[in-house]
Amino acid sequence: MPPNGSYLPQGNPQYVVRNYYLELIFLGILLLLLVDLLNSVRTGALPLTRLLTFVWDGIIIGLALGLAGVGLSMTYSILGFANVSHGDAMTAGAFLGWSSVFLLVGYGDEAFGQLLLLGVGGDLFASDLGISLFKRPWAVLFGIVATGALTAGLSLLIDRLVFKPLRDVGSLMVLVASVGVAFILRYLVVFFYKPTQRSVAVAPERAAIGLFDGVPVIAASREELVAGESILEFPVGVGRKTQSYLQVTSHEVLLIVTTILLMVGLHLLLQRTKLGKSMRAMADNEELARARGIPTERVINWTWIIGGSCTGIAGFLVVLERGTMSFQFGWLLLLLIFAAVILGGIGSIYGAIVGGIVIGLTTTLSLVWLPEATLARPVAFVIMILVLLVRPQGLFRGRVVG
Amino acid sequence: MSRAGNVVESVRARLADSDYSDRSLIVGTMLAIYVLYLLVGFSLGFDVNGQVNALQRITFLTAVFAMAGLALNLHWGYTGLFNVGIAGFMAVGVYAMGMATAPQNPETTTAVPGLGLPIPVGILIGILAAALAGLIVALPALRLRADYLAIVTLGLSEIVRLSFSSNTLGEFTIAGTTMGTGGNSGINLVGDPSKIVRQFYETGFGIGPLSDLSGAILDSFASVGIEQIVVINLSYTVVVVGILGFVYVLVQRLGNSPFGRSLKAIKEDEETTQSLGKNTQLLKAKSFVIGCGLLGLAAILWQGSRGLTTPDTYMIELTVFIWVVVIIGGAGSNTGTVLGAALFVSILDEGPRFFRDIVNATFDIPRAPTSIVEAVGSIGEGDLMPLLAYVFGELAALQFVLLGVVLILIIKRRPEGLMGHRKEPASTLDISRPATERGDGAPGPPAGSSDPEAGTGEKEDATDE
Amino acid sequence: MSETETAPTEQEETAPEPILSVTDLRKEFSGITAVDSVTFDIEPSGMTGLIGPNGAGKSTTFNCITNLVSPDGGTVVFDGEDVTGMPTYRIARKGLIRTFQIARELREMTVLENMMLTANEQNESPFHAVSPGLRDNVRRQEERLLETAWELLEFFDIDHLAYSYAGTLSGGQRKLLELARALMADPEMLMLDEPFAGVNPTLEERLLDRLHALTQEGYTFLVVEHDIKLIMSNCERVLVMHQGELLADGPPEFVREDERVIEAYLGGEVSG
Ligand SMILES: Nc1ncnc2c1ncn2[C@@H]1O[C@H](COP(=O)(O)OP(=O)(O)OP(=O)(O)O)[C@@H](O)[C@H]1O
Ligand SMILES: [Mg+2]
Repeated sequence: MPPNGSYLPQGNPQYVVRNYYLELIFLGILLLLLVDLLNSVRTGALPLTRLLTFVWDGIIIGLALGLAGVGLSMTYSILGFANVSHGDAMTAGAFLGWSSVFLLVGYGDEAFGQLLLLGVGGDLFASDLGISLFKRPWAVLFGIVATGALTAGLSLLIDRLVFKPLRDVGSLMVLVASVGVAFILRYLVVFFYKPTQRSVAVAPERAAIGLFDGVPVIAASREELVAGESILEFPVGVGRKTQSYLQVTSHEVLLIVTTILLMVGLHLLLQRTKLGKSMRAMADNEELARARGIPTERVINWTWIIGGSCTGIAGFLVVLERGTMSFQFGWLLLLLIFAAVILGGIGSIYGAIVGGIVIGLTTTLSLVWLPEATLARPVAFVIMILVLLVRPQGLFRGRVVG
Repeated sequence: MSRAGNVVESVRARLADSDYSDRSLIVGTMLAIYVLYLLVGFSLGFDVNGQVNALQRITFLTAVFAMAGLALNLHWGYTGLFNVGIAGFMAVGVYAMGMATAPQNPETTTAVPGLGLPIPVGILIGILAAALAGLIVALPALRLRADYLAIVTLGLSEIVRLSFSSNTLGEFTIAGTTMGTGGNSGINLVGDPSKIVRQFYETGFGIGPLSDLSGAILDSFASVGIEQIVVINLSYTVVVVGILGFVYVLVQRLGNSPFGRSLKAIKEDEETTQSLGKNTQLLKAKSFVIGCGLLGLAAILWQGSRGLTTPDTYMIELTVFIWVVVIIGGAGSNTGTVLGAALFVSILDEGPRFFRDIVNATFDIPRAPTSIVEAVGSIGEGDLMPLLAYVFGELAALQFVLLGVVLILIIKRRPEGLMGHRKEPASTLDISRPATERGDGAPGPPAGSSDPEAGTGEKEDATDE
Repeated sequence: MSETETAPTEQEETAPEPILSVTDLRKEFSGITAVDSVTFDIEPSGMTGLIGPNGAGKSTTFNCITNLVSPDGGTVVFDGEDVTGMPTYRIARKGLIRTFQIARELREMTVLENMMLTANEQNESPFHAVSPGLRDNVRRQEERLLETAWELLEFFDIDHLAYSYAGTLSGGQRKLLELARALMADPEMLMLDEPFAGVNPTLEERLLDRLHALTQEGYTFLVVEHDIKLIMSNCERVLVMHQGELLADGPPEFVREDERVIEAYLGGEVSG
């Protein structure tokens, strides 16, 4: 029985707009857009190549958002506050991680200071080190691990210094403190690395996917595909069409594969181990979890480690895919990550991934209708706000962590 | 009670008289800051124009940040509404004003046309637009949990900023009228409120006695060597300070009223307040809309005098500035908010730059090295100056770091800020102390029912429990 | 169930219109049925007790009646008007005020501010609060309210605490404040959730005194309480809940004899 007898939920349920009509209207609009999309592909107003590129890009952004969202989602549900410094932890982690990759690759050949600062104030450029997945696979692998570890360490350090002493403070004030952390991280990056954009990786290896004489093929480039010089051919074909539909890069594929592997690993970790169970218990009710003897501080540490490393790896892969980074990239991603987490339902890992993909697709597919790319992010934010208003529990209601 | 005791009592009552002590606190703080800046200016060899300019700048920024802070205090300090979209509401106010006042047929082809309305009308439109933006957010979003409201408002401010920077809104035509935000390059603010002040000095609005007056003012300033442009800026600052005073009284009165009492109750426990028969949604919406209107006003007075506003003025940084002002001052206290603005502007915002200027003027600082590694490297050679030069070169970044540190330290060490501990009576009457200590006519306990002395005695007992 | 349902209907022909009538109220929380088809009427003026073991659903019933928690089914009629699903504040404005099991005084406000807050017919317009002339009207209104507040504080003997912050009061004093504050709203009916919990015997005596005085004035009370003896000796009618259901409804002597009630309390306290 409740010791105090009060079960009044924190938020008055009457505020939760449980209006299924609104959800139906949403679905209706979505359906209309889908019909319009298919129609414009049919009429040729929207070339299939363009559509496929949008979808591919959307999935890549989405998976990165989802992977970065895992950490945000976990700290949100277990520690109970929206961590605004999450994006800047990603930035700081990525800068540190790339510095370590530069040192690994260029040590001895280039000036130490130049490597450490990714070429600030000197003449070290990405092309001097030539980092890409196929050219320097070990460096990239090292970068993934190092960035994950460094970001996890950074998250732990921040928790120790800032958030741990604030465990008993109201969640809104912790949110404000996290804004302070965000500022410190972001502008320390500026202080050391300067505000200009840094280019870190060279252009990745590409491949084109399409049809050659009706047979689905993969080729090294669009031209080679059309010329029939394919790397891989599928045994069956339809029709006699020859066209290149989609260009992919090795870094994009790496991002997708790594993210999926990490998600599966995370799933197993949280489902099969005691840690996962403890996390769920803490997200449900921290007092109760403590009373049951769950070592809450240890669980919190693991939360930061897991969340931090996922975030760091996501940041590293995004930078690798883009080839460049600036001090604002994590902050610019943050609201999109929030959107993904909220859409999926705070505390749900699958939610974060699905939410991420939906948000990612939104930012690319909305370009079909939008007059310019600047408006894509606002559209994603509008969707986030609408979700909060109509279905604040997200798509995957309730099930916290895992 | 002895005679001496009575005197002590009355002095204490006098000091506790919040209006009196608050005003002197604000004035005292500003004077202290002025003295500090005059000393700095003196050491930098400023002439009289430079000195006046520096003080004017500090005062002006303090006034506009205090005004925005008061609006946030109404939201957060009084009502508990976690508004992180401040920059967005400010942008809406400024842009609406800018678009309303831009001429219909601009002289240059690069300028975006607008509605060509007079400046006062434009200012009013700006305030109303910001308030309307507040209303649009308030209607659905105030139902949400506080942290969701934070995310919604943050998202909204980004939506506003990005949309204003888009080419689509940069120039568009509605019902035959062309106007726009100017996209990434911003919008010329023709509707500059400080223009009214300038007109007063330049033409006296074409009214004889007024132009005589303005001439006389200019002459007397000129006699101490102060230029016309400085006088105009100074006068505009005086006007803005006057408006701040007005806004201060407005927010203070809102707080000390049945309206403010209900807001205070909502901040503490919304469900209980509902159970006592208050339409909390409506009350919150009113508070939110009023605050957003004030944010619009503050932003117009601030940006208007710059002649140009660009979308990147309204990044999250601006929102954080206003939050720092309120958190330094202490949520819930209007006086604290004004003090917070004064300290923020003079110490956190302008202070480091002045400090750099002093050091630069006193020591021979070399050119900044190109990277921190170089700067640190020269420490090994026993030379600290390159590092200092590098730090000065990146001062703007370090200021943000400092801001973050201050924010965290306040939340850790003194979450109530400078004056957040002091509660104001949430009533038009002073119901915080017995009438005998106040000496005014507000009703106290009915005569003979209870001895006020005994009352205070037991009050202390109760506190001990 | 048949007993509990027939008894009130028979009375209805002779008794006055009920002030509160709850029909078939239901509420489920993820599997637990906290309130299960609860039906009862309350006649104006008088004190009705609502008892039941921990978790019986008493507080949830209160929450559903005031729509702090929206009920899954059933109707609530107050003062002849269907108020089911009506916003909480409007139900309160109609004159149905409830208190909470854990006193929810507004800690950061003084006792007087707590009192002044509650008056319903006051001018809360922000425009009036800031306009020079209109503010004087608000002021005059507040002066009148202040007098009422003092009277009530005196009635409950907590006027000496008027200037203290509500958070500094003792548990018993808080309960008194909650009651005094509720009365500031000028209600017709009060639903009190364990008003005597944590109150020392002398204070309890005083509180009961006040409640009886108020019933004489025509106020209606529905009181949740764990102290069965207290309920039995002070209420003319008792409702008993158990596992979400209404077990019994009638005068204390009648309820005391009900077997299911005795069983619900493990044959203990009720008979003793
Ligand atoms: N918000 C809620 N969420 C989930 N379960 C709830 C909630 N509120 C109440 N319950 C459950 O409903 C049942 C009834 O609870 P309620 O608080 O109404 O009982 P009560 O009779 O007031 O008990 P007590 O005497 O302890 O105050 C309990 O089993 C409780 O666990
Ligand atoms: Mg209860």
